[in-house]
Amino acid sequence: MCAVMRSVTPLLLTLKVAGLATLAAFLIGVALAWILSRRQFWGRDWLDAALTLPLVLPPTVLGYYIIVLLGRNGWIGRWLYEQFGFTLMFTWQGAVVASSVVSLPLVFKAARSAFESVDHDFEKAARTLGLSETGVFFRISLPLAWRGILAGTMLAFARAMGEFGATLMVAGNLPGRTQTLSLAVYDAVQAGNDQLAGILVGITSAVCILVLVSSGRIFKTQYLREVHR
Amino acid sequence: MLIHVDVEKTMVSRGGRFTLQAAFSSEEEFVVLFGPSGSGKTLTLLSIAGLSTPDSGKIAFNGRVLFDSKNRVDVPARHRDIGYLFQDYALFPHLTVFDNIGFGLKRNLQWRLSKEDRRRVQEHMEVFEISHLARSLPMALSGGQKQRVALARALIRKPNCLLLDEPFSSLDTLLRRKLREELARVQAAFKIPVIMVTHDPADISAFAQTLVVYDTGQVREVKHYLKKDRQPHASVLSLPLSGSVL
Repeated sequence: MCAVMRSVTPLLLTLKVAGLATLAAFLIGVALAWILSRRQFWGRDWLDAALTLPLVLPPTVLGYYIIVLLGRNGWIGRWLYEQFGFTLMFTWQGAVVASSVVSLPLVFKAARSAFESVDHDFEKAARTLGLSETGVFFRISLPLAWRGILAGTMLAFARAMGEFGATLMVAGNLPGRTQTLSLAVYDAVQAGNDQLAGILVGITSAVCILVLVSSGRIFKTQYLREVHR
Repeated sequence: MLIHVDVEKTMVSRGGRFTLQAAFSSEEEFVVLFGPSGSGKTLTLLSIAGLSTPDSGKIAFNGRVLFDSKNRVDVPARHRDIGYLFQDYALFPHLTVFDNIGFGLKRNLQWRLSKEDRRRVQEHMEVFEISHLARSLPMALSGGQKQRVALARALIRKPNCLLLDEPFSSLDTLLRRKLREELARVQAAFKIPVIMVTHDPADISAFAQTLVVYDTGQVREVKHYLKKDRQPHASVLSLPLSGSVL
């Protein structure tokens, strides 16, 4: 019973961190995917590569980059600290930043390919029917691409749930404050608390499987687009 | 209609470069742009609609300058009041026939069309005899039905001109003949000037008042078949079309 109680705090924290991280990754990823799929500009391929990088870089390297940028002596972090007396280091907000960076490519990649598979003629037709570019985005492109985007977002959520390396470097492993499920599993195993580790692992796996099954279903029912082409 | 087009555009792609040089004027109500595939007809049509920006030149319609590279005029497509029918009709696959037709009447944050607008959609569906399809999705429609929906969707906004990009190319021969007659009726009933792109000579004899012949990006010839004051297609005008709302 005690072990179950001890897993509730990390679970709630994980859901909060992963939820907010996914929201941030969603907004930034969809906006960037839209721009990269519709605008031609110099350095587009490089930007695409930079946004995909978190998918292949070791989480420790990402954590290092985030510290260099947002740490108390970092480029942006120093300014934040001087202006607001606030630092992201060793806070749950820092964990959100780390998780969103790691899961951003999953939203971005899925959204970009979803936007690119939307026939440009639909957007053109909407323009001749009096729609502004904002209208075209919200009434044509987004509705036609949403399945792909949603599937990518669910993958991003699952990835954010399991985030370990970058979170550990940026937010540390403070029980009750920044200790998410994956960090708690590590602690439990290190401490030889097999019962707690088992419960934590079970919860994490169950949530991730649920998310993956749902996103697989969304991918499968991508009928609108294919039938139309 | 009074249209004047004089545009140039160079496109560079993997296949090489393609230069469009198109100049023609017309005072007639039906202009046909004719030529082989890849000769720049569609690009001209897109330029008139404001969906493609020429490198240089001028486009004017009924005295209104829509594009003028010298004076930096480029009216956005949404303000040109020109209806456009895409080759495969480009019906929005996520919306029903009713919502497709009402699409251009709806504002961005409007949840539902006004009563008046809903009535207009109903009336247009009646005119095009597609009322029974109101709740169908485009993927369930036949080629001819799709074309009617696309026409209704464009015409409900009362455009000043209708641009048709090879409207019959994806249909079989029988249906093609039927829809040609239908288009002539629609044009007469809505009293709307039409510019049509085609590579089918049959479309020329059926419609052309002004014929613009394209080849490899150049306008080779402009022919005027009818005087402006002569009534076109007297034979088809007598066919019935419930035009009360028009």
